[in-house]
Amino acid sequence: MTDVAVQLRTTALNARHRAHKAKMVDFGGWDMPVEYGGLISEHMAVRTAVGLFDVSHMGDIQLRGPGSLAAVQRLLMNDASKLQVGQAHYSAMLYDNGTFVDDVVLHKLSDNDYLIVINAGTREKDVQWVRKTIGAMPGIHINDFSDYYTQLAIQGPKAEATLQKLTDTDLSGIKNYWFTWGKVCGLYNVMIARTGYTGEDGFEIYIPSDVPTSERVWNEVLEAGAEFGIVPCGLGARNTLRLESAMALYGHEISDTINVFEAGLGRYCKMDKGSEFVGMAALAEVQAAGGPKRKLVGLEMVERGIGRDGYKVCSLAGEQIGEITSGSPAPFLKKNIALAYVPVESSAVDTEVAVEIRGGLVKAKVVPLPFYKKPKKTVVS
Amino acid sequence: MAYPAGNKYTKTHEWLSVDGTTGSVGITDYAQESLGDIVFVELPKVGDKVEAGKLFGSVESVKAVSDLYSPVSGTVTEINEGLNAAPETINSDANETWIFKMELADAGELTSLDSLIDAAAYETFVSEETGH
Repeated sequence: MTDVAVQLRTTALNARHRAHKAKMVDFGGWDMPVEYGGLISEHMAVRTAVGLFDVSHMGDIQLRGPGSLAAVQRLLMNDASKLQVGQAHYSAMLYDNGTFVDDVVLHKLSDNDYLIVINAGTREKDVQWVRKTIGAMPGIHINDFSDYYTQLAIQGPKAEATLQKLTDTDLSGIKNYWFTWGKVCGLYNVMIARTGYTGEDGFEIYIPSDVPTSERVWNEVLEAGAEFGIVPCGLGARNTLRLESAMALYGHEISDTINVFEAGLGRYCKMDKGSEFVGMAALAEVQAAGGPKRKLVGLEMVERGIGRDGYKVCSLAGEQIGEITSGSPAPFLKKNIALAYVPVESSAVDTEVAVEIRGGLVKAKVVPLPFYKKPKKTVVS
Repeated sequence: MAYPAGNKYTKTHEWLSVDGTTGSVGITDYAQESLGDIVFVELPKVGDKVEAGKLFGSVESVKAVSDLYSPVSGTVTEINEGLNAAPETINSDANETWIFKMELADAGELTSLDSLIDAAAYETFVSEETGH
């Protein structure tokens, strides 16, 4: 028998990951590091110090031109007219029925210039959907910049101190979900955003994707963070960090079978923004019908056992009422947690449910989300 | 990675160490390395009958669940309860960390079972499975 050769896509840092002896996995067609020295230690580094992630597999779509705001308002559910230059927000692209094409972070680069950061596994689908949805709308130039950037995420309470050593830009002046451009590691005009997917303070920087530049910046960030205990972090820790913070992952909490209100993302969905976005009419019908019938909740295992993706959520009597979308041990909280869809009537905090784990029922209860919230800064100087 | 020569191995990545009629069972260094940080071990109960090739428990890391299959048949005489509090012991020393001990039902299985392989054969199996 011969293996079918599948050419995985790689980021510019692939050789660095292999040099770090990372465990590599096929992630949506990408050859990516799942962990370097241990998922738990990587997770803890981000919660207590700082970690560095290669997230260059994420995609980037730029919309430019006098029609770009109208296009963004049509494409995305949040209200882009509220963004100032240098500000970003969470948003999503929806199908006509109010379910998800993808979730995104929208950046307003300048008037008439927007950058949509999209997920890796949905890149081609998203770009096609954007082109089709914009159709003949006038005054818009669409650029797929996905391969143009190496995107690094520097995350954790020591992220600012680490990155500050590599830039003259005053990072303390960048608020959460804002960004600027500055010189980083000698490179001019690097986009520096105070964003991330870990529930921790941190930055994402966008540098040119050639291998020498990418490797040089990667190495310099690791050197700068060494005094704080920086470690390279893989997709394993990225997943457990976002799960503790109850951030949605496409294909799990959100997908083309789940609508915005079910996913609990209504606060990013602006029905009253004054222009119609794709999916809005269907969502209005969901609202008119009294809201969604099922809801995303947080579960904490009460008895010994780990609920995982796809496991059934049952009533205590053993009747299936829902399903876990993401479940894992939570390394920082040291609990076994899960996100799950259950009927609204079973979604109240403290509701007891059971998770079916290899044929047995293991007790869990509904807990408030997020599971983890980063501590407020106590000293601001 | 090391696979002590005195032990027997299975293609489901358990090891078996035999002393007289007592068998100790653990998971291999390759198994712990593939799983990553181990956070949970589902142990059998003392007195349980286990059967060669049949499920007796599971090991879970942060990312994955791996079922455990008994290398031979027997009756569980002792379980490593220390693994309830410190499952990561398996990561630090898979070869020395037994999960349970059993009284062998039939010592003849040690030679008659094709599913039991020696360290060299196991190492070859692993290198074929991983492709390097």
